[in-house]
Amino acid sequence: MVDPRLSDAPGSQPAKVSPWRDPRWRSYAFQAVLMGVIGFLVYEAFSNASENLKRQKIASGFGFWDTNSGFPISFSIQHYSEATSTYGDAFWVGMVNTLLVAAIGIVLATFLGFIVGVARLSKNVLVAFVARWYVEILRNLPLLLQLLFWYNAVLKALPGVKDSIRLPMNSFLNTRGLTTPRPIPEDGLGWVGLTLLLGLVLTIAVRIWARRRQESTGQLAPVGWISFALLVIIPSLAFVVAGKPLGFDVPQAGRFNIVGGLVFQPEFLALLFGLVLYTAAYIAEVVRAGIMAVSHGQTEAAYALGLQPNITSKLIVIPQAMRVIIPPLTSQYLNLTKNSSLAVFVGYPDLANVFTGTVLNQTGQAIEVVGITMLVYLSISLSTSFVMNWYNRRVALIER
Amino acid sequence: MGKSVSSNNNQPFVQHDVIAPSRPPSNLVGPVGWVREHLFGGVFNTSATILIVLFLAWVLPPFLDFVLFDAVWTGVDREACIFNEAHPIVGACWAFIKDRFSFFNYGTYPIPERWRVDLFFVLLAISIIWLLKLSLPRRDLGAIYSFIILPVISYFLLIGSPALGLPIVTTNLWGGLLVTVVVSAVGIVVSLPLGILLALGRRSTMPAAQVFCIAFIEFVRGVPLITVLFMASVMLPLFVPREFEPDKLLRALVGVALFASAYMAEVVRAGLQALPKGQYEGAMALGLSYGQMMRLIILPQALKVTIPNIVSNYIGLFKDTTLVVIVGLFDFLRTIETARIDPIWAAPTVSPTGYVYAAIFYFIFCFAMSSYARTIEQRLSKADKR
Repeated sequence: MVDPRLSDAPGSQPAKVSPWRDPRWRSYAFQAVLMGVIGFLVYEAFSNASENLKRQKIASGFGFWDTNSGFPISFSIQHYSEATSTYGDAFWVGMVNTLLVAAIGIVLATFLGFIVGVARLSKNVLVAFVARWYVEILRNLPLLLQLLFWYNAVLKALPGVKDSIRLPMNSFLNTRGLTTPRPIPEDGLGWVGLTLLLGLVLTIAVRIWARRRQESTGQLAPVGWISFALLVIIPSLAFVVAGKPLGFDVPQAGRFNIVGGLVFQPEFLALLFGLVLYTAAYIAEVVRAGIMAVSHGQTEAAYALGLQPNITSKLIVIPQAMRVIIPPLTSQYLNLTKNSSLAVFVGYPDLANVFTGTVLNQTGQAIEVVGITMLVYLSISLSTSFVMNWYNRRVALIER
Repeated sequence: MGKSVSSNNNQPFVQHDVIAPSRPPSNLVGPVGWVREHLFGGVFNTSATILIVLFLAWVLPPFLDFVLFDAVWTGVDREACIFNEAHPIVGACWAFIKDRFSFFNYGTYPIPERWRVDLFFVLLAISIIWLLKLSLPRRDLGAIYSFIILPVISYFLLIGSPALGLPIVTTNLWGGLLVTVVVSAVGIVVSLPLGILLALGRRSTMPAAQVFCIAFIEFVRGVPLITVLFMASVMLPLFVPREFEPDKLLRALVGVALFASAYMAEVVRAGLQALPKGQYEGAMALGLSYGQMMRLIILPQALKVTIPNIVSNYIGLFKDTTLVVIVGLFDFLRTIETARIDPIWAAPTVSPTGYVYAAIFYFIFCFAMSSYARTIEQRLSKADKR
């Protein structure tokens, strides 16, 4: 007997399949079960949570946000005082501190990472050897161990205030941290800043114009010199004309204390050091992979066209390598930002430390506090990945 | 060479023989040439070489002095490692590590029961070697042993079971290496299957499963592990009925396992995406069901290409286990932190010694894992190059 499914004439109805064997129905059934299970778990969690909170007499809600916090924070850029500030203020202090250490860390880690990454590919075997073992050692040790090492074994073991280590530019390093001259803006610095901003805008405009002109006529413009003039020479002139409106509060070493200056606390330094050195090892690997991803034929073709090595790397290798480097580089930046939450362990008052640490202990509002903290990190991550997706679509090779 | 270029050319001004190439200048070949090219090529290279040599000469001898030559190897308390007239220079205080060695390994696990931890370590070592050494026989049995038998045995061995004559040891007594190993082992064993499920869900055509998996993966990957652990530690007890309130270790295990699964899901997804579509279509054309297709065709290939990434994920997980101190567990690093500030051993070099010991420990494990991943990668690339 012929299978009816095989003998179907074109245009006839497909054979009836029992819903149990129909992939469509099965998928509906599976999704219904999945949603049922998730719904049940969420419902259970909520009912248990409300019951447990009632029993522990914790009122849920965000009422604590405007209550006086009453605890000091050891490091804050903006104004914060334990007598008058609220938990909301503490949140903002923590958030700014997180962003501060992340921003400085990202800049320094990028510099160091690119240097080490290029050094790993160096023809000089000694340079390559040192870079390789830097990466191997730093990547294979937990970040927490490195932070504790910097904090407890290095910075805490520095000499006391009396025997501070003197660094160039009137800086002092001791067990209380690093003291450097504090820049004091005076009248007229705003104008210099404005010149710099204007120069930046003009530079971008000139670059766009130069590229358009080159694409249409093939003529090159001295973009480098113009940028240098706009960004360095004119602002420096403005600085001199305005009467050098920048003073420095230079720290003075007294008998028992160092007076004045800008103090970077050991907590901040340890966190910054640890994050920069650790992330730079990962960035170095990203950079190395990016450079190696540019096929050797590209370089050879450039040499065959008569381009010199430095022009080749500037115009041929780096643009192609950056396409490969930038996506993983961004995820390293995100990792650094997320890892800055390890500040808890060295006592730097970042968001995780201030909020999920002190505020949580004082208020007991576990769900709200942990929820807000996660939301902050989540929005940083998601917004970055949106920007990255946009960028990736823009630079992706258009393949046939 | 001397080979004649053309036999019937008798013009006197034509060169008859190919001139043998002259040897390259002696300073471009051999060891001299190598050194010139790799160490002293140009001003920049030369100065880099000199700077690095000076740096190594500045750093290495004091480090070796500290770790080996000035180190203190014997002693029972801080007296051995403090500066005094008898030894004005004191290096690493290895006596401290020796004295606290069992604390670093077992935490406060009761001393008469410590053989159970040792047995657990031995059983675990057998499973790891059986699974990783490719030349050993019956590695399928090894998988059953590692993923089914070993967890069950370990549970009863470590926690105890009065029926078997093993006294109960509550998890708040566990510590040191034991906690680090348990947390990473559970994370490793749970995260792979869970990560595969999440990755398959993310790529499935069912909207409900897809949305749930994407939301879970992106949420967990978007927040730091510390906040996940905080959540597991302060929120998990709120979400479950009072009578099931999990102990600290279980909370940390849940947090670490969920966190690792989300990262594993992305690694597996990359492997799935790398497979050509023809593999799926071929499997479907053969009439395989979804489960058969995944189990027999897709996953073996996808997992094979992602093994290096899976291992580097495991390295990250192993390093991340140090963060479980935040929920109050005594992992390996925490035992060192506790011991180093203990007044019995208060001496200036005890802290650095503790950190050097911890660094050696973590480095050996992580480096071994990454070397294994590299070996596997080379094996796989060999297979692709046929």
